[in-house]
Order: sequence, then structure tokens, then C-alpha cells
Amino acid sequence: MSPKRIVLRFGTDISVKPIVYRLVKDYDLVVNIVKADVNPQKEGTMVLEVIGDQSERGFDYLREIGVSVQDLNQEVIRNDAKCVMCGACTAICPTGALYMERSSMEVKFDGDNCVVCQLCVKVCPMRAMEVRL
Amino acid sequence: MSVQKTYAEINAKIKTGKAVVLTAEELIELVQEKGLSAAAQEVDVVTTGTFAPMCSSGAFLNFGHTKPRMKMQKVWLNGVPAYGGIAAADAYLGAAELPEDDPLNSSYPGEFRYGGGHVIQDLVARNPVKLKAIAYGTDCYPRREFETTITLDEINEAILFNPRNAYQNYNCAVNLTSKTVYTYMGMLKPNLGNAHYSTSGQLSPLLKDPHFQTIGIGTKIFLGGAPGFVAWHGTQHFPSIQAVEGQELGPAGGTLAVIGNLKEMSPRWLVGTSYIGYGATLSVGIGVPIPILNEEIAKYAAATDHELFAPVVDYGEAYPTRTPGNLGFVSYAQLKSGSITVNGKEIPTAPLSSIPRAREIASTLKDWIKNGDFLLTEPVKLLPSPADAPAAHVLR
Repeated sequence: MSPKRIVLRFGTDISVKPIVYRLVKDYDLVVNIVKADVNPQKEGTMVLEVIGDQSERGFDYLREIGVSVQDLNQEVIRNDAKCVMCGACTAICPTGALYMERSSMEVKFDGDNCVVCQLCVKVCPMRAMEVRL
Repeated sequence: MSVQKTYAEINAKIKTGKAVVLTAEELIELVQEKGLSAAAQEVDVVTTGTFAPMCSSGAFLNFGHTKPRMKMQKVWLNGVPAYGGIAAADAYLGAAELPEDDPLNSSYPGEFRYGGGHVIQDLVARNPVKLKAIAYGTDCYPRREFETTITLDEINEAILFNPRNAYQNYNCAVNLTSKTVYTYMGMLKPNLGNAHYSTSGQLSPLLKDPHFQTIGIGTKIFLGGAPGFVAWHGTQHFPSIQAVEGQELGPAGGTLAVIGNLKEMSPRWLVGTSYIGYGATLSVGIGVPIPILNEEIAKYAAATDHELFAPVVDYGEAYPTRTPGNLGFVSYAQLKSGSITVNGKEIPTAPLSSIPRAREIASTLKDWIKNGDFLLTEPVKLLPSPADAPAAHVLR
């Protein structure tokens, strides 16, 4: 069985909850944490690889407690012809994949840190962030 | 004896290629290196720049007359209504206008993917635009319906006229409530999740002439990539000097009404813009040259991000309900550092105004002036200054 890759996003209230433990214990899932940014002061993100028959039930549990669960089978790219380097995305991006280089104040995009939450796609005023399958 | 220069003297130097022209950021460096008096002596013109969403923008268009003639009482461009309540074949297309079938915020937050600002960008990009007009028919204007495709070069006139642009300063927007809000200052996360600001700080035109000693009616400027002019003070022009307990925190409140030939402008500097949950608008590039007529003008033009401040305002509740007050002031140096502290919490900051584009405008305007292509104009009348103390009315 090939693992499902998912992206979790959650508020500060969730960061103190043992959600990975619950996935393993209650739904018998094999969980590999690919990337995690958990901080009780701010919105958190986690990229997981999950194997197990009850994975969908486990994801439903996460959604019920207020975690956003998205498949990670897409990628976000920046259309450089449209981006005007305003920076409106940079305090929205939860992982720091979109950030401002200081002094030049240019907006940089590091695809390796992107968890495809697609918030930038919604908030970019120039519609410069695009989703690719 | 401190330096005194006239517009005529500066223009004479521009014509002979001898004028010393610096961007506002270059002036700051020069003042730090040589001191204010020497810099004021040496420099003739300082260029500024800003590139940001400016909703109070739009274009007067004259399409030419149809045969038979038509009043064009109601007009649409790519489905976006333009105001036709002026003479036959004239219309005003506003940047924030939306198609009548736009879902708006009925599916909250709305996307506002295409509006008047996007039509303006399509026009300057020389993309074909669908024109539809209807009218009631008169003896002199019998035609009642018309549909065609136009391009910018085919119509008689296209005049960008923006009644409120280049805001001198702006609030730093945060959200104290527990839910996300979608505003003209972008998406603001709950519980002080982020802070957005929207001026280019030490490069921004009206922050560099706080007392309106040089900017007035007729001032020639960079507008949308072409030469344009200050037409009047902008709507809601209420200039003041911010102060807390006697300490001055830089200017705020001034605005410009600007005008220029849309046909000469560029889609790089007029960009259709969409704010989720808020609406459509136009990002406009503006640069204003400041003649260094004396040392005082140089001093203001050399103000740094450390001396210019924005008030922090809660857009979750205080702003929409028009509750007075703010959460303190932060400098543009702090804002540009990437984080500020509000109510004891450190929060990430982000601009809505492109600093790289503002730098490009200031530098382009500098090149125009250095090349002798762009002379300075002495204003016909200066704009109201903080000393004139115009004040805002509350609509009851």
C-alpha cells in the first residue's frame, strides 16, 4: 500500500493536542512526519505520509477537531510575469515558503518549504500564485 | 548663507544635463555621508515612488460616434459597467467597478477576479475589449444598442483621472478579533496573526513633502509609466503631522488627484488587482519629483524610515465601527524589519505596496530628468498643507 501524503493546518488550540498519537493509537495508522511546524503561539502545519486501512476515518477525526486536511498531490508555482513583489502573501504563508528578502524587499518563493495550503493562491492580489497538478 | 534655488535655475541645469538628481533613498545616504547643508547645496531634484492599490482611480474614455449616432446612456466594457451619465460617447470607468453578475461576497469571501482596474490594464496592454452600450434614443441620437470590440488606439481619448491617489501615509492594519477578516488591507488573521501596511515609507511621495512646499496643481509626475500631472488635491486630503506627547511622528492624511494620457501608459504600472473578500481595484505607479529649493525641503525629503510612523489600527472592529484611537505607532523601519510588537505580542508584518517597484519608479523618473526629457513644473497653486488644517466630516 502506497502512503497518502497529506498537509495539516491547525490553530494554536490544536498544537497542544497529541493528534499524531491519536492517529496511531485509535486508527492503527503508520505515520511518517515529513515536515512539521508546531508552535503554541501561531498557526501550525504538518506534512504526513500515512499508511493504513482506516486512514479516511483518521482524517475525519482530524477535521472534526478543527484541523484542515488536504491531499499533497499538487504544487504551487509563482507566475513571475504577474508578481509585482508587493509582499501581501508573506505574512499569510504559514511555512515561510513565501518571504521577503530584507533590504531589497523582494518576495522570494522557496517551493521546498511549500505545503500547498493554497492560502497564497487566494490572497495574492495579482493572482500570481497558481496550482499545478 | 543657506541654499536657495528656483524652478527656472533647476530646469536650466536639467536642460544642460548638469542637474544632480537622486532618489529619496540616495539622498538619505548622501545626507548621512556629507550632512544636510552640503547635500542641499549639491542636489537639485529628489525622486520618489510608490506602487500600490489605489481604488479611487479610473479613466475617462471617448469612444467616437457610431453611425447612426447614439447617446451611449449605459456602457459596459468587458461586462464591467462604466458611467455614461455624461455627454454622448463619453464614459468614466472606475477601478473598483464590478460586473453586474459578479457573485460579490455572496460566496464569502468573494474572489473579485475582474473589475474596472483589470479593464484598464487590458486597455493599456492593447488587448481587445468588448464595448456594449444602450440608450433610449432621441431625434439627434437615434441608435439604441451597440456592441463592438475596441482597442485603446482606436478610440478618441483615454484620460486616466484618479481622484484620490498616493495616500501620504496609511494605517498598519491588524485584527484583534477571533475570526479572520478580509479587508482592503488584505486578509488579516485573528488574534493579531499578522500586520499589513501600505506605503513605501522613505520613498513615498507625500511623506517627503509633509508641508506641501513643492507639490501642487500642475506638478509634473510619473503616472502609470508616463508623464502625468497633479490635477488637484485628492479627495479626503486632510494633511496633518502626527504627534504623541509632543513628539512628531511624521505626516499623514494628504492625497493627490492625478491626471494623464492613458494611451502613453504601460500595463507594468497599471495593474488590475483583486482583494479576496473586498473587491477589485487598480495598482498604480506614481513618482513625484521634489525640487530641492532650500535646505528645509531637503531635510523633509531626507526623512528616513526611522522618522516616519504609521498608526496600528484594529480592522476587526475599531475601523469598521469608526471607533477612534489606535494601538500605538510603529516606524517604517520596524514595519520593514518583518515584525512589530502590538499589545505585547510579536507579529509578522507584510507590505501591500511593492518596495522594489517603488524603487524602480524613483529610479526611472531620475533617469528621465537626468536625460533632459522631463522638466519640473512650478505649481499653479500649492495644495492645502497641515497649517490650513482641513478636517474630515462624519456623515450622519
